Amino acid sequence: MSKLHVSTSINGEPVEFLCTAAESMLDVLRGPLGLTGTKEGCGTGDCGACSITVDGRLVCACLMLAVEAEGHEIGTIEGMAQGDRLHPLQQKFLEMAALQCGICTPGVLMASRALLEKNPDPTEEEVRFGLAGNLCRCTGYDKIVRAVLETAAEMRSAA
Amino acid sequence: MNDMANKWIGARTIRPDGADKVTGRAQYSADTTMPGMIWGKVLRSPHAHARIRGIDTSRAEALPGVKAVVTHKDIVEFPLDKSVMLGIQDMRWMCRNVMAREKALFHGHPIAAVAAISEEVAAAACALIEVDYEVLPHVIEIEDAIRPDAPILHEWNRFEGKPSNIAGTMVLKAGDIEKGFAEADIVVERSFTTRPVHQGHIEPQSCTVSYAADGRVTIWSSSQGQFMVRAMTSLLTGIPQSDIRAIPAEIGGGFGAKTIIYLEPVAVMLSRKSGRPVKMVMTREEVQRATGPAPGSLMTVKMGAKKDGTLVAAQGTFYLQAGALPGSPLRGPVGCSFAAYAIPNVLSVGYDVVSNRSKVAAYRAPGAPHGAFAAETVLDEIAEALGIDPLDLRLRNSAKAGDKAIYGPNFGAVTFKETVEAIKHHPHYTAPLDKNPRPGFKRGRGVASGFWYNAGGESSVQVNITEDGNVLVTTGHPDVGGSRASIANVVAELLGVDHARVNVMIGDTQTIGFSNLTGGSRVTFASAMVATASTEKVIGQLKERAARIWKIEADAVKWEDGMALPAGDNAGKFPPLSLKDLAAKANEMGGPIGTQVQLNTTGADPGFATHCVDVEVDVELGIVRVLRYTAAQDVGRALHPGYVEGQIQGGVVQGIGWALSEEYLYDAKGRVDNAGFLDYRMPVCSDVPMIDPIMIEIPNPKHPQGVRGVGEAPIVPPLAAIANAVYDALGRRFYALPMSPPRVTERLAEG
Repeated sequence: MSKLHVSTSINGEPVEFLCTAAESMLDVLRGPLGLTGTKEGCGTGDCGACSITVDGRLVCACLMLAVEAEGHEIGTIEGMAQGDRLHPLQQKFLEMAALQCGICTPGVLMASRALLEKNPDPTEEEVRFGLAGNLCRCTGYDKIVRAVLETAAEMRSAA
Repeated sequence: MNDMANKWIGARTIRPDGADKVTGRAQYSADTTMPGMIWGKVLRSPHAHARIRGIDTSRAEALPGVKAVVTHKDIVEFPLDKSVMLGIQDMRWMCRNVMAREKALFHGHPIAAVAAISEEVAAAACALIEVDYEVLPHVIEIEDAIRPDAPILHEWNRFEGKPSNIAGTMVLKAGDIEKGFAEADIVVERSFTTRPVHQGHIEPQSCTVSYAADGRVTIWSSSQGQFMVRAMTSLLTGIPQSDIRAIPAEIGGGFGAKTIIYLEPVAVMLSRKSGRPVKMVMTREEVQRATGPAPGSLMTVKMGAKKDGTLVAAQGTFYLQAGALPGSPLRGPVGCSFAAYAIPNVLSVGYDVVSNRSKVAAYRAPGAPHGAFAAETVLDEIAEALGIDPLDLRLRNSAKAGDKAIYGPNFGAVTFKETVEAIKHHPHYTAPLDKNPRPGFKRGRGVASGFWYNAGGESSVQVNITEDGNVLVTTGHPDVGGSRASIANVVAELLGVDHARVNVMIGDTQTIGFSNLTGGSRVTFASAMVATASTEKVIGQLKERAARIWKIEADAVKWEDGMALPAGDNAGKFPPLSLKDLAAKANEMGGPIGTQVQLNTTGADPGFATHCVDVEVDVELGIVRVLRYTAAQDVGRALHPGYVEGQIQGGVVQGIGWALSEEYLYDAKGRVDNAGFLDYRMPVCSDVPMIDPIMIEIPNPKHPQGVRGVGEAPIVPPLAAIANAVYDALGRRFYALPMSPPRVTERLAEG
């Protein structure tokens, strides 16, 4: 199968890659682009470990064809911190032990950021539904939900 | 316990591996690549049960891009008549689980594997392998597998002199069971079933393996023990352990499932044959079909009590699924179900039942949740029948220090009552509950307790003082949930240095001494004990160096707040020497500072937990929702409270899934019908409430910091606690799990 040329933007930087028509965005991120922070838990859009943003919208990278990135802005976990300055969600997750094994963490953080961008003052229930597409088997979600609520409160008071 | 004397032990520090994990830098198993790497794929049985008459790989081998094909002929065979054990795993079964030999025993059983230049070519080659199957009748459920006319999986296996699917038994006894029941004023006997549940780790099993021209092997994989990976791979490939370097990648969840291997020996043989590094990654479907799960069960529990609630007899019969090859965790239900109670007459019997399912693997407190579901439900019925508060019934019958445990030893400290008291006096248990909140909904409250053995075992910890006076600790244990953070707290405390100056790494098999599995709630117990011994030795070295510099006796030096100080008669005579000062002078004063301690640790006393849960049932739709959950546990000492709470909260939510929604579904041909996260329904964030953990800290006197294992016990009580709460809501007992909407509506329709 001959390869297709794709021009896109990843974490604010211009990126070009070649892919087949069958390859998913997840395959390309983790493979040729070496962005392995986006994880594969199921490949069927059920676990959310591969959550990325496309023009700011939360997407499972395993359900998106790589060619669909053409002309769009992709955001991955690697772009969440600014240099060595962690995003407030990343910092809060560390302070509140909101991760254990950490495999779901990149996806949970991407989904949490997308949630707070849309809704800076979510209720517990809104956080729980906002993260319902991200499976975590270690934490029981308690500390994740608390970390998102607390980050939201801090970001609001800082704004 | 808020011990003011401690600065770091008990502090909610930032974990050493934290920044890597929130930025995507952490290297998990599937994140590794190698120059020249090719891809391996497994061909799996489409049948639940079939004799393999022949395998023809010639067409696959001829496909362009294919570099190697392996079958069972490439894996070391362990003959059926001689057991070779590695820990609790029998290599006779492991070699047949990794690659089918005489028969395909379950849908998904590996038959052959291919390595090729891409995953697509490898998959295409798998489709070209011709397998001559003689399809055999299959059996899935325990009740069918133990019938006299059941299809037999292993013709060589005998039970009571006849071919059978019962592959083993375990019996524990105390007193005289008949006499015990004769003395009882009330006897309750019930039968229970639970369905198999998967560990549900989000990271699929995977590995990257390099077999070099000199015969040396490097394995990158995530597991609950790199030494287990090395030992099993060595046994299954015949390559000596000294030539296998198993590098532990970050592990994306295990919960017991990664205490055995599936891919590594296959990848080694593919790499050996092809001369190329080989990467293999399971799909989620493969994970669900062919790894884990925890067994399903068929159980009968009978308990007898006096009118005042004193338990006088308990009998349990526990049939557990082994999957296709023997080895279910019988010691879980047989040993744990009645262990928290002082019952004079006990008979507890387990049966290991094979059927055409994937071989079971350990899952958090293996086997204990099953037995607790049965025993703690029966206790709830006894409490109700006698008009006794269910927590008071537990308090009255708690085992105590010195009692002989049903599984053998005499108990040291028994801290069960403290967990029951914690729930009894908690505002959750004493809060009023509106049982009829609105039309069509009912609410109920339930309690249950749980027991787990905990474990010690082998650990190795190296502590090195770097040349610039900082601290590097290396352990041999994969960190599944914050163990590095706990060890950093311990070492920083003992050395009296800032936590941020202590880095904790996980060594590979060729760089750190033998360390047993991360499992059984043993790692923080064992590695903190060994890290303490190691750090104390280093402090001894540091004091000795200071003594040399000051030209005084080493025992005239004390170590305080990260500094050597002259003590006794010499107090105040010399300025203190910091860790940095001593590190700078290390080489002129005797060489590098550091040591490794390797111990087989003992003294891990058992863990007890008591839980309380409120549920709401939608009577029309049969949906059970957990509204409030409180979990009390004696944790001994929380080295890092955040990750101790996390163990409790995570274990509880896995228990909620087990109780309410998770189960394997099979079609009529014995094929897994729900091999994915959409249809295998684990709890998501919106399914559960906050989980309130109560950490009771009664220090374990046999551990330097008082640590008791934590991880397993929290999954033991939830099944029964939720069933008891559903009974409180609906007035109906559920003896079968999961209490999923179809089951609940069906039960309610029975009228």
